[in-house]
This record gives sequence, structure tokens and C-alpha cells, in this order.
Amino acid sequence: MLVKQISVFVENREGKMREIAGILKENKIDIKTISLADTSDYGMLRMIVSDAEKAYEVLRDAGYPSKVTELLAVRSSNYAGCLYDILDALSNSVDNIEYLYTLPDEGEPYIVFKVADPETAEALMKEKGY
Amino acid sequence: MIWNEAKECMSRDEMQNLQSKRLVKQVSYVYHNVEYYRKKMQAAGIEPGDIKGLEDLTKLPFTTKNDLRDTYPTGLFAVPRSQIVRIHASSGTTGKATVVGYTRRDIEIWSECVARVMTMADLTNEDTIQISYGYGLFTGGLGAHYGAEYIGATAVPTSTGNTKKQLAMMCDLGVTAICCTPSYLMYLTEAIEEQGLLPQLKLRRSINGAEPWTEEMRKQLEERLHIHAHDIYGLSEIMGPGVAGDCEFHKGLHVNEDHFLPEIISPETFETVDDGVTGELVFTTLTKEGIPLIRYRTKDLTSITHEKCECGRTTARLSRFKGRSDDMLIIRGVNVFPSQVEAALLEMGETTANYLMIVDRVNNLDTLEIQVEVDEKFFSDEIRELENLTRKIAHNLQQALLIQPKVTLVEPKTLQRSEGKAVRVIDKRKLV
Repeated sequence: MLVKQISVFVENREGKMREIAGILKENKIDIKTISLADTSDYGMLRMIVSDAEKAYEVLRDAGYPSKVTELLAVRSSNYAGCLYDILDALSNSVDNIEYLYTLPDEGEPYIVFKVADPETAEALMKEKGY
Repeated sequence: MIWNEAKECMSRDEMQNLQSKRLVKQVSYVYHNVEYYRKKMQAAGIEPGDIKGLEDLTKLPFTTKNDLRDTYPTGLFAVPRSQIVRIHASSGTTGKATVVGYTRRDIEIWSECVARVMTMADLTNEDTIQISYGYGLFTGGLGAHYGAEYIGATAVPTSTGNTKKQLAMMCDLGVTAICCTPSYLMYLTEAIEEQGLLPQLKLRRSINGAEPWTEEMRKQLEERLHIHAHDIYGLSEIMGPGVAGDCEFHKGLHVNEDHFLPEIISPETFETVDDGVTGELVFTTLTKEGIPLIRYRTKDLTSITHEKCECGRTTARLSRFKGRSDDMLIIRGVNVFPSQVEAALLEMGETTANYLMIVDRVNNLDTLEIQVEVDEKFFSDEIRELENLTRKIAHNLQQALLIQPKVTLVEPKTLQRSEGKAVRVIDKRKLV
């Protein structure tokens, strides 16, 4: 399936994460999962939330460069080698994975992938039973 | 020692007579050989015949960096290209360089001027002088080099960078003097101390310029390296290093007045101010052939005295420079204008034109960080893309500024604004 991700540019400064979390709290936006990639100067905060479009609006209005992106989400199963099998199936459908992280859900978690063309990837993965 | 006693110690009357004669000749030369100046003088209703001596100097219009920009690259040259033997260039205000040209005679006079300054620093043909200024379009390296050769000293053209090699040359060749920016000498000093090289050095003098520095910095260099440190001043538009320099008494920089006529004006009223009063330094070249300039506004702030110096020289002296009357920064000896950053960012069009320049001195070397606001339109959630953007900005800025900045992306609208006007520069270097 496809999920909407909200990504936010965060300056490497004290209190920034708290400020962003505060904005989301105020607007009653529920965070499903969160991933923070850091560089020496800034962080890239990526989240899957209850309402990505609303999160985008409120964060943009607060001055945070943000973006909504579609990610490919693939349900995992609890056995050794599951990630390999998913990646193996994916390797025939996409050229490159920019990043990935997990999205907890009832039952087994999803693995979410940033790929160039998530829609095509989704269709191909479906054919393979994912 | 005085290199040219006849010129450097002449009475004030003699000097003024010489300057008057040369001014009349230079104005006529400019009028007849540079169309831009001819038109400018005609617009001001002045003919060469109106300038009969120093007393008429203030009738002449000023020249600014804009005039050089408007006539880019060689519109102010007074001789055909066949007589130009060398080109140098420095940064302009909007990214276009300021180009200057020298005839064979200009180079000789320049060498003579540097020779005088080197002699003020007690250097002779017995000295081995390491030139750690950049060689290239920047006037520092070649200017100092020709002066060193002119006094018959041994020039070691190490240029800038490669500290290890600099130190090896200094130790192995028994270098007795070094010419470089004061901040670079500070940097070398730390390396010398770290490696315990001081006992191996024969260094006794340094000549430092191309960027503003303080009396405290001089004292530090002198104490830590056991040398005497001298100041040198110049600008490519007028000649390059050697327009002025300080003697062993360090009571101001002696101007080579028989070639460069100094004035101090109020940057507001443009009126000449009295000796001892700080104002903007203005130069008229008196003997220049390649690119003679009339009343060139340097934008450097200083004061002047015409009193005889304890060293015996009678040439006018400039006090330590107190800053600039425009927003030009001197970073690692390179002229940088904030407007260049803006122009480069606007040209790229992938960020906002909001930026903040943070100049600092880390380990005695100038650093330049440029914070650029991320444009929502070009924001990517892929770090790779943002890093590519950062690299591209850094590359374009380096092309424009000729020095390597560190580029940091920041959130939009985070850069300070005060009283409606954006703060573009934070200079953390402690000077003056």
C-alpha cells in the first residue's frame, strides 16, 4: 500500500524537536511513526501521522520547510529472512531505495520505502503477493 | 636605512612642488588618453588647463569602484594593450572583477615603492625573503616578489598554503623575512610553536598587510617569533602593496607620496579634513601610465599626518586603518562584498536571496560561513538532494568570491532582521 509521509527540515538547534512536537500536539495530530536523519548542520524529520496534509499546513505556517511524499509500505512477517525476501522482491521493481524505516501497526509492522515511483512499485509488489 | 633618501626625505615644499608638477602632467595625460575621464571632466566643466597645481586638486571629480565597473575591463587604461605588460584584478562589488594594467615603467615604480617599504623594515640584499602572499591576479605575491628582487634580496616564492613546505623552506634556507597576511603569519606561528621550530629559524622581520590588523596582533607576532613586524598598505587600483609602509618607529605608514597623492575626506561632505581627523582615504596617482586614477576613493578610513618622522622621512603618514566606509569585507586578504553573495544566489534561483555571512577567525585563519534560507519550493526530503544543493551553492559562491565559504542551510525567515533592514554580516573577528 501507499502511505503519506510528512518530512520537515529541522535546524540543529536546541528545542527544535520540542517545538515541532508541540505544534502537532496543539493540532491534535497523532504521530504513527517517526524517523530523524541527522547531518552536522540540520536534521530531516520524517513522520507518518494521522493527517499528513493538515500536518503540512500547520508546520508550513509555523515556518518549517515541509513536504508530503508518498511512500511504499510493505507488511512484514515475523520470521528470520523476511526483510531479505521483501528486498529481493523489491529489487526487481525499483532501482534504488533512498531510505526506509518501520511503521508499527496492529499485527506485524510495515516497512516503508522511499522509492522513485511508489505507484508502479506498489503494483509490482502486489503481483508478488505483498 | 632609507632606500631613496632624495624622495623620502625631501622638504615639504619640495614635495609639494614635485606633486604639483606631476599632478598637472597626470591630469593632462588622463584627459588626452582616457575617453571616460575626458567626458567626466567635460561634464564637470574642467579642462586640463584649469589644474595648475595641488591647490586645484579638489576641483577634480572623484573616481570610485563603480567607474572601474562601468568601464570593465580596460576602459580606464590610458595606453594600448601593446604597452601593458601585466594584468592584475581584484573583486568588484557585483561579481565582476576590477581589472588593472601595468606598463613596464609602472612595474618598475611599483618595485621601487615595495623596495622602499622593505628598506623601512631593515631588509637588504643580505636577506632571504619568503613571499607567502598568493601569486596570481591578486597583487600581493608578485608585488612583494618584485620588490624583494629590486633590493637584491633572495626571494622565495612559496605563495600561500602548504604550511609544511612553508616551514621547511623557512628552516632549511634560513629565511630572514616573510611577507604575508598577518592572520597567515599567526597561523604559521602556531605551527612553528607546535613543532618546536623556533630555535631553527633565522627569521627577524615580517611585512604584513592586505587585511586590517591591530597593534596587539603586532606585539604578539613580535614576541612569539622574536621578530619585528611591519605594516604594508596598498590596493590594486592604485598599484598594489607598497603604496605605504611603516618604519621601525611604527608611527603610521609612510606614503610613497611622490607617486601617490593622498587626501583624507569626510565620506559625508566630501570636504578635505584636517590632519589627525579620521576620514576616507583618497588617492591620485601621479606617475601611473597603465591605469592612472584621479581622486580614487579607497573607502578605507584613516587619518594623516605631515609631520617629519623620527626615522628622518618626511613623507606623509597614515594612521592604523579604522575600517571601511562601505560594506566591503577583507577575508583572507580577499575583498568580499555582501552584494556578491546576493547576486550569486539570485543567479542560481534555487534558494531565497536571504543569507547571513558569518566571518570569524579560527586558529588565526579567517573563516566564512554563509547561511542560506531553504526555499520551500526547492525543499527536498532527501538529504542527498539538500547536500547537492549545498555543494552547488558553495561552488557558485566560491566562483563569485574567490574564497571557499562553508554553506549552511537554515529555515526560512530565521535570519535576523533589524529595523526593517536585514543583517547580512556578522564579523566576529576582534579587530581594532
